[in-house]
Amino acid sequence: MEENRKELMEILEETRPEIDFENETALIDNQLLDSFDIISIVSEINDTFDISINVNDLRPENFNSVDAILALIEKLQEE
Amino acid sequence: MKNTVMHMLEENVRRFPQKTALADEYRYFSYREYLAGALETAKRIGGMICGGEDFSVRDFGARIRMRCRPVGVVIDRSALSVVAFLGIAYSGNFYVPMDPALPAGRLQMILQELDPVMIVDARENPGELPVPWKVPVLAVRPMLEELSIGKSFDAAVYEKMEPEEGGDAACHVSTAPGGEDALITELLQEAQILRAGMIDTDPLYAIFTSGSTGVPKGVLVSHRSVLDLTDAFAEAFGFKSDAAFGNQAPFDFDVSVKDIYNALHCGGRVEIVPHRMFVMPAMLMEYLAVRRINTVIWAVSALRIVSDLRALDSMQTSVPVRLRHVMFSGEVMPVKSINYWIDFFPDTVFVNLYGPTEITCNCTYYILDRHFENDEMLPIGRPFVNTRVFLLETAGESEDDERKEGSAEAGSAAGESGKTARIISPSEIGVRGEICVEGTGVALGYWNNPVRTAESFTAKPGMPATLNRIYRTGDLGYYNTEGNLLFAARADNQIKHMGHRIELGEIEAALNAIDFIDVAFCFYDQKKEKIVCVYQAVEEQRKAIIAALSDRLPKYMRPNKYLRMEKMPLNAHAKIDRRLIRGMYDEGKL
Repeated sequence: MEENRKELMEILEETRPEIDFENETALIDNQLLDSFDIISIVSEINDTFDISINVNDLRPENFNSVDAILALIEKLQEE
Repeated sequence: MKNTVMHMLEENVRRFPQKTALADEYRYFSYREYLAGALETAKRIGGMICGGEDFSVRDFGARIRMRCRPVGVVIDRSALSVVAFLGIAYSGNFYVPMDPALPAGRLQMILQELDPVMIVDARENPGELPVPWKVPVLAVRPMLEELSIGKSFDAAVYEKMEPEEGGDAACHVSTAPGGEDALITELLQEAQILRAGMIDTDPLYAIFTSGSTGVPKGVLVSHRSVLDLTDAFAEAFGFKSDAAFGNQAPFDFDVSVKDIYNALHCGGRVEIVPHRMFVMPAMLMEYLAVRRINTVIWAVSALRIVSDLRALDSMQTSVPVRLRHVMFSGEVMPVKSINYWIDFFPDTVFVNLYGPTEITCNCTYYILDRHFENDEMLPIGRPFVNTRVFLLETAGESEDDERKEGSAEAGSAAGESGKTARIISPSEIGVRGEICVEGTGVALGYWNNPVRTAESFTAKPGMPATLNRIYRTGDLGYYNTEGNLLFAARADNQIKHMGHRIELGEIEAALNAIDFIDVAFCFYDQKKEKIVCVYQAVEEQRKAIIAALSDRLPKYMRPNKYLRMEKMPLNAHAKIDRRLIRGMYDEGKL
């Protein structure tokens, strides 16, 4: 779990170094991430965690915070 | 003769005053309301600039000196901004869209460059300006609400439409028609008085783009350029009055100009798609479906969010998505991304558009008329009507010199005098030259910046300066065997990232202004689509650099990667050896 968080933080910070991912809870709602960011983050997450994020998983509630993204990753890893 | 863009709006008010012209997530405006809102905005601007409450419509013609001045517009993703743009145009001035989300330092720079006579706050929730400025401020929403102009969104209106229609006059009524005729006649008379005395070369808008010296440049575009652009699009693509343009581009980005004015030209509708849809592709496709959007002119990145995440594989929308035209521009579209779209929408016309802001959106187009393999390049095609595009070979252009790799120090081909310039013939297949543009689309220049204007807007070789002014794009291109143009590379240090033109020099200027950085430079990792910053400093300062840049650069310009070197290597000319450092990065040694 901690390992997942660390790897996810690396992906996020490389994409948008200026965002405070640890504390931000409205990454989508506050328009902090845009289409390019999402393309890059999803593709990195899929490769790193060996999962496949489905387009229907791409909803604000799954991407508004690090915790939400982690929960999605872990859900897909279990499937 | 149409000599202003407002003529198109008035024509639509005559044809179908009740038809929906503009819609966002919350409200919509009929053509009559669009005109009424714009005229009211214009009258208030007139009163505020001239400082007289008794200022009347008839005073406009007499006050020539107050025309052609910049008016800043604080924008968001609402239709109010578009009403404000036309209102400013009717006031005889030109609009300058300003995104309040930009860093305060950058907005400050833009306002200083611009020196606006007033500011129009067109946000859904107007309020304090991000940067206080001592000019009168007009808030659009309370003004329109006071006059009951515009209606709240009503899903039932859309449900009545057939999915394949973009919405036509017959099924898309937004106001009760009682007593409309007299009101419309009055509005049209007022409109005529307001625009009297304007000429087609008057500026319509200025859009600020990245500037290599660290200061953004305001590209000033005339009514004539926009009118000709819309004529050219109409001729090439035949938009009809049931076209519904799904606006993706922010209004401070010139892709949005095509939505606003092509819709006016054909009597269609602009649907402003909320920003959050472009990060959630399933929601985006549903929005296109329920809003009956049938025409999209988007940045490449917006189409790629759908294709790269394979959003169409499991597309389930409440009504079918019917797309007639899908157009894209801003950067190179990967063939595999567009092929994915084509597979799902085989009857749609796909168009690759090319052109910088300085020539009014686009100067060439290519309709994808055959299958392209993934390793092929999409052509940028041929010029639109009333536009001439040619390649200029300049001294050193054919050499593989440093500037092709993007060195800020090497300068731009556009800055050279053109002494040895030669026009490359289309029969010279594969020969690279700088893409130059001639025609009515060429912008008026850069606002308040005669030096940069003279560098980029020059005389055509062999012609007097007063004739055939051209714009040198700084892009390198070549012809293929079919006579189509292809984009090759930039001749200077400009990049395309997330659909935006960015001068790496501007990022470098911001970095080098930070006191604890000895020296810094940037390059673009095309493969990873990341801006990389290499800096020399005594110690690791990543967080402090990010904080400093956040006040000055918009987020799309901020580097994605920061690499510190204790001492940067120098080349034989005692300059930073960019090539060596870039090589180290590519080999993973940095």
